[in-house]
Amino acid sequence: MADETLIPKLGLVTDVRIDTPDVKTFRVISPDGGKCFAHIPGQCAMLSIPGIGEAMFSITSSPTNTEYMEFSIKKCGCLTSWLHMMEAGQTITIRGPYGNGFPVDTEFKGKDLLFVAGGIGLAPLRSVINYVRDRRADYGSVDIVYGSRSKEDLVDYKEIIDEWSREEGIHVYLTIDREEEGWDGHVGFVPNYVKELGFDVTKTVIICGPPIMIKFTLAGLQESGFQKTQVYTTMELRMKCGVGKCGRCNIGSKYICKDGPVFRCDQLDELPNEY
Amino acid sequence: MLKLSLTRLDDLFTVIADKESLYLPVDTAVGQAQFKKWESGVKMSTALNTVRSAKDYFFPQTENIVDFRIQGKNIEIVDTRNESEDFILFGVRACDAKSFTILDKVFLAEPADTFYKSRREHGTVITLACTRPEETCFCSAFGIDPANPAGDISAWIAEGDIYFEAVTKKGADRIGIFASLLKDADDSAVKAQKEATAEIMAKLPLSGLNLKGFHADALNEKFRSPKWAELSKMCLGCGTCTFICPTCQCYDIRDFDTGHGVRRFRCWDSCMYSDFTKMSAGDPRHTQLERFRQRFMHKLIYFPANNDGVYGCVGCGRCLARCPISMNIAKVVKTLGDE
Repeated sequence: MADETLIPKLGLVTDVRIDTPDVKTFRVISPDGGKCFAHIPGQCAMLSIPGIGEAMFSITSSPTNTEYMEFSIKKCGCLTSWLHMMEAGQTITIRGPYGNGFPVDTEFKGKDLLFVAGGIGLAPLRSVINYVRDRRADYGSVDIVYGSRSKEDLVDYKEIIDEWSREEGIHVYLTIDREEEGWDGHVGFVPNYVKELGFDVTKTVIICGPPIMIKFTLAGLQESGFQKTQVYTTMELRMKCGVGKCGRCNIGSKYICKDGPVFRCDQLDELPNEY
Repeated sequence: MLKLSLTRLDDLFTVIADKESLYLPVDTAVGQAQFKKWESGVKMSTALNTVRSAKDYFFPQTENIVDFRIQGKNIEIVDTRNESEDFILFGVRACDAKSFTILDKVFLAEPADTFYKSRREHGTVITLACTRPEETCFCSAFGIDPANPAGDISAWIAEGDIYFEAVTKKGADRIGIFASLLKDADDSAVKAQKEATAEIMAKLPLSGLNLKGFHADALNEKFRSPKWAELSKMCLGCGTCTFICPTCQCYDIRDFDTGHGVRRFRCWDSCMYSDFTKMSAGDPRHTQLERFRQRFMHKLIYFPANNDGVYGCVGCGRCLARCPISMNIAKVVKTLGDE
């Protein structure tokens, strides 16, 4: 019989990195070596521990990484708690890729990019950021505004400081919600920080984070003169199949799993406000 | 057109069942019709329609997807799929036959669902024309003619005979199984029946159900209607409507510990249930109003928006007959439609 998308493949976890008190990043390869499948930034995969459950996660590594895939996963439910108990060497199941991904090779090409992320919302954007870093000549300037509750909640902190911040043409702006000892950076919420920074309104914006952060950031950007057609985001709803058949992840007539998860903000305006 | 005397119906079923599994509507002990496998002695129901739709034969209520053998850290994935065997579904009404083409739009869209596809390829649908549609029927609102059902082979029972006509290529091929029993016939009896049924349909209370106003452009307007609150107020969220609905196709995927491994299966689910869209991060449809609205918006606006205007309802009337609070899609259409 033909391949069935609901039947997963095996994935071998080769590394588990502790990012924050509730976020771990899992490195996954095919048991035969190499990546389980090819993907584009912003696409997702269904990960599962048989007997526990299966859920959709964004692929946080860049497609330009040919050796493995990474998933930054926040511990917040049953399956993610089990995933957090995993050690390197364990096997999971994986299927995908699912969704449309970001238009990195079309609309984003040649543009100045502004990434805005909050908390675990950095996970899907990291794939785009590292893709852009690997094809630097294809894109203009890169600005990254990233915030979290506290310093220890910043995902990928080491990579941000050691790699992104040091790269020419990339500006990183970090912020945390409240003052804390040992932090001499910016303090305040992401939407306000983005406004304060006063970015050039010609930039293409890619935004991901808690719904409330997206809402206020978008409002602030519009006040500053950005159009919704310049702003991209990625959505998340409960999913079972990943291919628009189980009937679960729709917003209006669009399925997040196949029509999304990436939407341009003007496209969201056409959908009912049910997310 | 070909025909066979009704007195030889058992011969017909015997010849078919000799070649392929044959399923048809049968009356249960409590007098409810349901599709069952035919074997010698089984009588076909004369009920207008089955309580549950025939969708089970292509999209069963539960089915296994894959097995996992687990030893320590080692997982083995076992593909347990089998190609479906040929079978014949006999006596399907026009509404249910249309529902298969609606399910096709979901399950056969790329990437095709191989479980469903295999059953569709191996199943032959023989429809049977309705002669006495009831007051819950409103298939004509969706362009369905109950007296002229589609499927692979159409059948009519009229004046002591059963008439057949192949519709699809598969039907033309499969009619060969029992063609030796049939003889050529003119279609005058069938024509007369079609006219009589059309007259009954025109007099039914829902014959004028008007779907005008339910289209993609009205999506946000209909979604925001304040009338959803009143419509959904009594909804118990029992999901009966979704389970008896021939076009409802939402499913869940779950794992089951078999004692020596894990079996992953899927089963029908319902958008009417409170945990349907619940995530650890929250629930976009946290009240019954939102869940109720989702079900009807999907059938009347979202589905047609994605499928060239085809509605996700066939007017079979099952939900009208079975909803414990007497709420149904016809009331929703009347309340929200453009008069």
